[in-house]
Amino acid sequence: MTAALSAEEIISQLNDKFPGAVEEAGADSVLVKSDSLLAAAEYLKTAKGLKFDYLNYITAVDYYQYFEVVYMLTSLENNHSITLKVRCYTRDNPTVPSIRGLWQGADFQEREVYDLMGITFEGHPNLKRIFLWDGFPGHPLRKDWNQ
Amino acid sequence: MEINSDKESIYSSAELDCDEGLIIEEVKASSRKSIPDPDAWLDEDLKRNIILTSVDWVINWARRSSLWTAVCYPACCGMEWMASLSPRFDLSRFGMEIMRASPRQADLMITAGTLTWKMAPNVRRIYNQMPEPKWVIAMGACGISGGIFRSSYNVVPGYNKIIPVDVYVPGCPPRPEALIYGIQMLQKKINKEKVLPDLSELPNPLQKGKKE
Ligand code: SF4
Repeated sequence: MTAALSAEEIISQLNDKFPGAVEEAGADSVLVKSDSLLAAAEYLKTAKGLKFDYLNYITAVDYYQYFEVVYMLTSLENNHSITLKVRCYTRDNPTVPSIRGLWQGADFQEREVYDLMGITFEGHPNLKRIFLWDGFPGHPLRKDWNQ
Repeated sequence: MEINSDKESIYSSAELDCDEGLIIEEVKASSRKSIPDPDAWLDEDLKRNIILTSVDWVINWARRSSLWTAVCYPACCGMEWMASLSPRFDLSRFGMEIMRASPRQADLMITAGTLTWKMAPNVRRIYNQMPEPKWVIAMGACGISGGIFRSSYNVVPGYNKIIPVDVYVPGCPPRPEALIYGIQMLQKKINKEKVLPDLSELPNPLQKGKKE
């Protein structure tokens, strides 16, 4: 087992590798630009010393001005974890690239976020509703959704 | 073992002959008596074991004492239901500890839990697969009215919106005692059912002309 890295070190590695991709760095989270999400995620998963091989969960938050999709990643090998975030600023058809190709566990969770929050994951092989039925009006976890 | 050549003979011994003679005498003697009825003892037992009662009573007794349940436990109330099955509360006292994986063998549905609209068609299907006569106990606030999830976009506000319910057991979750009380209420309800039509309403050729 190699040494666990702190979030700060991980973020600085990301910054070196993808200059300009990191929008905002928190204490243990990093906000990346939506178009560099896939590259950053792949780097986090495969780079030596990082090896984020486990996706804990995907969730999404509605902040009215924007949607934030949150990915919690853990490296079982190196025993460190980080929270990855992306934002989409439109309400009509918010789109985020799918990370289903990197972590298979993202499959159902991206469908859940799509179902309840209405965020489209580009490149997902089977993006359809999972909890609600086809034809349900709207996406109920959005703040402006009303029954 | 050494063989005693004196006794080892192809002829039968004197004792055997004697025994045989006794048996024959006995059969001969008994042949003069009448043979007793081998079923005579039954009379006594019939008197003790046959009860005369009404068809309604027997059928209701059988139905209420063997309520087998179909599986429908979508949420937390199911835990309490499992507790009522366990030795501490011991539902088998009421003849209904058997849970049926197949609804075709069940006659009671205990709806223990929150039902989502996505699940609702399946619950109704299970209900439809149960053979008549069948009963439903709505267990818990969610089963009665949707409970704390009533205003949710995906929760059925009460099972009685999709299937007919006989007994409501309130609580969140109801204690096993409450569930058992509900089951006893259902048993009382079953006991009042009339299985046969009123016989006096049927056409009776013997009474023709008398009763018009
Ligand atoms: S009534 Fe309470 S315990 Fe029962 S399913 Fe609903 S929330 Fe759970």
